[in-house]
Amino acid sequence: MDQPRDRGPDTSAAERRPGLILFWLYVLLYGGFMALVLVRPDLLSLRPFGGVNLAIASGMGLIAAAFVLAVIYMILRSGR
Amino acid sequence: MLHETSAAAIAIFAAFVIGVLWLSFFLGRKGQSAAGYYAAHGQIHWFVNGIAFAGDYLSAASVLGICGMIAFTGYDGFLYSIGFLAGWIVALFVIAEPIKALGKFTFADALDARFQSRGIKLAVAISTLVVSVFYLIPQMVGAGSLIKPLLGLPHEAGVILVGVTVTLIVVTAGMVSTTWVQFIKGSLLVFFCGVLTMLILGRGLTENTGSLAPQTLTVRPDGTRLVDGQPQSRDHDLRPVGSIKSLPARFAGRRETGPLRPLEYLAAVEDSTIVTWSAKKRVDADGTHTTFTPSERSGADLLKPGGSFKGLATGQLADRLDFASLMLALFCGTASLPHILIRYYTVKDGEAARRSTVVGIAAIGMFYVLTLYLGLGAMTSGALDPTDTNMAAPLLAKTFSTTLFAVISAIAFTTVLGTVSGLIMAGSGAVAHDLVENVLGIPMTDHEKVRCGKIAAVALGIVAMGLGILFRNFNVSFLVGWAFNIAASANLPALVMLLFWPRTTREGIIAAVTVGMVASLGWILLSADTFEKVYGLSREASWVPFSQPGLVTIPLGFLVLVVVSLLTPPRPAEARTT
Repeated sequence: MDQPRDRGPDTSAAERRPGLILFWLYVLLYGGFMALVLVRPDLLSLRPFGGVNLAIASGMGLIAAAFVLAVIYMILRSGR
Repeated sequence: MLHETSAAAIAIFAAFVIGVLWLSFFLGRKGQSAAGYYAAHGQIHWFVNGIAFAGDYLSAASVLGICGMIAFTGYDGFLYSIGFLAGWIVALFVIAEPIKALGKFTFADALDARFQSRGIKLAVAISTLVVSVFYLIPQMVGAGSLIKPLLGLPHEAGVILVGVTVTLIVVTAGMVSTTWVQFIKGSLLVFFCGVLTMLILGRGLTENTGSLAPQTLTVRPDGTRLVDGQPQSRDHDLRPVGSIKSLPARFAGRRETGPLRPLEYLAAVEDSTIVTWSAKKRVDADGTHTTFTPSERSGADLLKPGGSFKGLATGQLADRLDFASLMLALFCGTASLPHILIRYYTVKDGEAARRSTVVGIAAIGMFYVLTLYLGLGAMTSGALDPTDTNMAAPLLAKTFSTTLFAVISAIAFTTVLGTVSGLIMAGSGAVAHDLVENVLGIPMTDHEKVRCGKIAAVALGIVAMGLGILFRNFNVSFLVGWAFNIAASANLPALVMLLFWPRTTREGIIAAVTVGMVASLGWILLSADTFEKVYGLSREASWVPFSQPGLVTIPLGFLVLVVVSLLTPPRPAEARTT
């Protein structure tokens, strides 16, 4: 075992809390989108923003949201 | 379809492969100890590791499979992109820092950190091997698909070329060279897919009034191939497919839109009428006849869910559950993939693990946005091979230039090399570090550990080659879905409960990993897709109601862990919280 294990304090419950809050926020977004796809896929054909339909807008939005939440998490953890 | 090879394409391709091999031999000097071979001494910079995450993760399924699925069936391929990226949220917010803090070389190290149990090491090592092998299959199938049009060689040659090259990469330098191969591959992939997307937008959309007559490919029992009843040759071959019949009215009767902005492009596709092709297979005494038939569809129809996941459109409950199961597996599977998890050991601490994950999410998210443009660009390019959904992206590139085709193909091939090398690293670590050293208790010197890992890498490479040839007719995204299901069912329940439920016992972990793995694997082997595409039997003969197991087997893993943990008293050393 020539490499020391990193058992630092950064795995404590308090340190995990911001990540878990952001995780559940994304679960809501992802779960909501999947529920829409499963239950009312017809709604995703609507074009409320003019150009692209809701299926594409929400898919792109989920990808963007993952990045935004990741950056927020990094800022929150760096500030501690 | 028969594809013409080009000397330039072969030269560019050869340069990529030789460059990667040179890098491996060069970096091989840095990976001679076990810590260097398996974890790159934990000294990889977080930014490099983040891009390497993208390199590891953006496998043949993403590059070839998703583009092909969007090109042939529309929006549903993009659902894979959304699911694949969403999985990184679990990795970043739940798994990244604890796994870095708990482990050393392999995923089993982390799960076993509290218990020091040979049973856990054995179960997790086997699950690592099973997941790695299932993930290896689509990579090898993708390699075989690429080689055909690029070098004019058969599928088997592509599989063997990848197998030999990757085994050389892993055997020469381990995690150091694997990381740099992933970094280069990840960077090139995102950059050139960005270039290709800009070219697609710059070209805009063009009406194409090619022949819409159905075409039939017959493969006789003796292997000879006929196209519409005549022997297949370069002069008499299947026509490339995928075209726009009519552009939206706002383009005032023009046949070309000219350059379009990103959202304009998507809106124009949605308002166009597009010709897509479907295949229907028939087998009789004369051979296998595949008839490709065109159908005119509105872009709006193609850009909504239901093109590939038929249940979303028809409302069939089993099909909807199949889709829900897949999306759950994609969400839960990323953070359970052994070759992704071991990358957390190549950085120095939890902070670096976190930062590298954010960089990975940025690069991977960017790529997945691009997949929509690449897929739609291929769908309307008039260049698709109707017999091979996996070749959409490279053939799209060929409509711009042979050089770009060679570059994209070479990057896609490097993509396969990178992902396969990561998988073989994970598998060889499971064999040498977990099975041989920790389970069998065979003491090894540092040098012997590395040698044992290299022998395991060679064995895994041979297995991967065999499976890549066996599963040649599958869409690679579909195959990767299976790997995600097994990983999520076997590994995630144990990992999450170990971190968040202090009552977890070692028996609970062993049971959850074993039941999750066996149940998901068994479900897949008994599913309608496997019956039809692997065994050649009727779908109706299958034993399970839908093909993707995650919806049942992931909760089953959690349930088994809780029940077994409650039935087994924690030992004193296990009673503390994490």
